[in-house]
Amino acid sequence: MTRSVHFQLTDDQRALRDGVRALLEGRFGRQALRIALDTPGLDRTLWRELGEAGFFALTLPEAEGGVGLGLPEAVLAFEQAGRVLLPGPLVATHLAADARVPGAATGEAVVTAVQGGLVEWLEEADVVRGDASGAVPLRSVDPLTPLHRVPDGGGRDRLADLPADPLAVLLTAAEQLGSASRTCELAVQHARTREQFGRPVGAFQAVKHLCAGMLERVGTARAAVYAAAVTADPLDIAAARLLADEAALHGARDCLQVHGGMGFTWESDVHLHLKRAWVRARRSGDVTQSEEMLAGDLLGDPPGAVV
Amino acid sequence: MDLTYTPEEEEFRARLREWLAGVLPTLPPKPPPEDWPARRAYDLGWQRMLYDAGYAGLHWPVDAGGRGATPTQHLIFLEETERAGAPYVGAGFVGLLHAGPTIAAEGTAEQRARWLPPILRGEQVWCQGFSEPDAGSDLAALRTRARRDGDHYVVSGSKIWTSHAEVADWCELLVRTDPSAPKHRGITWLAMPMDAPGITVRPLKTLAGSAEFAEVFLDEVRVPVGHRVGAENDGWRVTMVTLSFERGTAFVGEVVSCRRVLGELAREARKNGRWDDPALRRRLGRLNAEFRALWRLTQWNVSEAERSGGVPGAGGSVFKLRYSHARQELYDTAADILGPEALDLDRPWVLDRLSSLSYTIAAGTSQIQRNIVAERILGLPKGR
Repeated sequence: MTRSVHFQLTDDQRALRDGVRALLEGRFGRQALRIALDTPGLDRTLWRELGEAGFFALTLPEAEGGVGLGLPEAVLAFEQAGRVLLPGPLVATHLAADARVPGAATGEAVVTAVQGGLVEWLEEADVVRGDASGAVPLRSVDPLTPLHRVPDGGGRDRLADLPADPLAVLLTAAEQLGSASRTCELAVQHARTREQFGRPVGAFQAVKHLCAGMLERVGTARAAVYAAAVTADPLDIAAARLLADEAALHGARDCLQVHGGMGFTWESDVHLHLKRAWVRARRSGDVTQSEEMLAGDLLGDPPGAVV
Repeated sequence: MDLTYTPEEEEFRARLREWLAGVLPTLPPKPPPEDWPARRAYDLGWQRMLYDAGYAGLHWPVDAGGRGATPTQHLIFLEETERAGAPYVGAGFVGLLHAGPTIAAEGTAEQRARWLPPILRGEQVWCQGFSEPDAGSDLAALRTRARRDGDHYVVSGSKIWTSHAEVADWCELLVRTDPSAPKHRGITWLAMPMDAPGITVRPLKTLAGSAEFAEVFLDEVRVPVGHRVGAENDGWRVTMVTLSFERGTAFVGEVVSCRRVLGELAREARKNGRWDDPALRRRLGRLNAEFRALWRLTQWNVSEAERSGGVPGAGGSVFKLRYSHARQELYDTAADILGPEALDLDRPWVLDRLSSLSYTIAAGTSQIQRNIVAERILGLPKGR
């Protein structure tokens, strides 16, 4: 028999994943994360380094200075960004690079977009995609994502109300997956080492089951996100989004619970995962839209059809 | 990462489809669920058709009489047979998916030659004597005793949750041969002929009202020593080979059928007006996402098994946890759509809802699965 369906990472994809992980952990490890927390603004040096490493140009053709890879590779890279909580309008800048917005691919320009009624990093952005007129700043729940609210426009449909770009939804889902996978690891590390009642808390079945639930959600979401990266099908992307949001949001909550009182402190990183997961879930637009689209599919309605 | 099939695989699929389209209309009508001999005849008849067409033991190794197909071909087979509405393995389940693969992996040449061909040809039915009233999730606590008497084992005890016991020819039986050894080290795997004196089979009525299982009582049943597969007291290891098969592709057909049911539910909801409720639509949309993901997870696990040479990885436990819950949610949603008719046993999906309740219990409860995931995959310490 010849080679069969290999819904597994290729050797090149593994190497890319490991390379991006090493780069991001080296350049934006825990210490850098905590420094960023105390330093307002976006680190433009880091942004340019990401550009030089090809992070924003992964799917741009080589002839145009890009890396010339596919959506699966971009998804793997964004998964790693989600793991380390890399700040900045990463998804918007990546999509801008694809759309040949000058400076986006190289990291010279910071590009943001109106997504889900919000604009991330508006004051740092060189380019804004979508109609951000009248945007007002809000006190962002995520200390590493400054946010502006875009006014509703008196009941008229605006960009903010339209379904999100499927590619943005997919890359966001990849970030959620990375975050979910990281919070599972953090919970397990803590449960192995933190002792109460004379034993590691991970020896208690109730804690074990929280951790097992996290892995179960990560494993299922990973299959959905990677499959959507291969097919780029809007329905697969909608499904991936629902599963990845669930894995990230529920995972961060359970991770916080496993950490006990420490999880409730500012010093812990767990709240940063939870808050960013909230921001990302909002970025992909109303959950209802994804659910309705998948419901319509059951009746054979084309994607995007309004029920 | 690739989700396309090779030309060989597409050809395999096309040939299978063509064969199914020709052969399924010739099948006799399905027997009533309570008529066990008729069900045996029907299931074995289907197996014989598969055998004659070269599809029996597709994923079994060639030297065990199988076709040596890749996991992906096996996946295609399960997907296409379910799509076409072909019969399920039924009475052949234990022989084809548990006992057979165990004998293929651990049996002597003589044992393989004796037991495997009748399984593949659809001539013999096997049942499984593993669980006991006091050994459920903690299977290794089993107490059915086997003492050696010359060239026989003399077996006494009781087994439970044995499907097809009434019509089985053989039982793959786990017995305790060394009560003084640690519990995993005193177990032996035996093939017990179901017509041996001392065996009593009593149907076990489940909450669904039917007798899908049986209790099997063993009173001084004599089993020849030559019916032992693997070494004495090595039965736990021998059994684990079998159980790993169960977590591989056992649910492929079911995921395909759940996705079909989901479409039927949506159409029923539109017909009876429940579709107008956005909360219900959202629930159906989430189930669509869930079963799409479970299908992708299946493909992922199969590819992983292919890469690692057939050994199912950690994905099996994750899949089982997620799928068993999703199936229950599917039929709870069906009940929501049916409204008052959800209490009518003659309506479709109502019995499926009842039987879905076993999924988080059978083959290791979800709670035990989570312990396994936490300890073996995540490396958390053992404890209570």
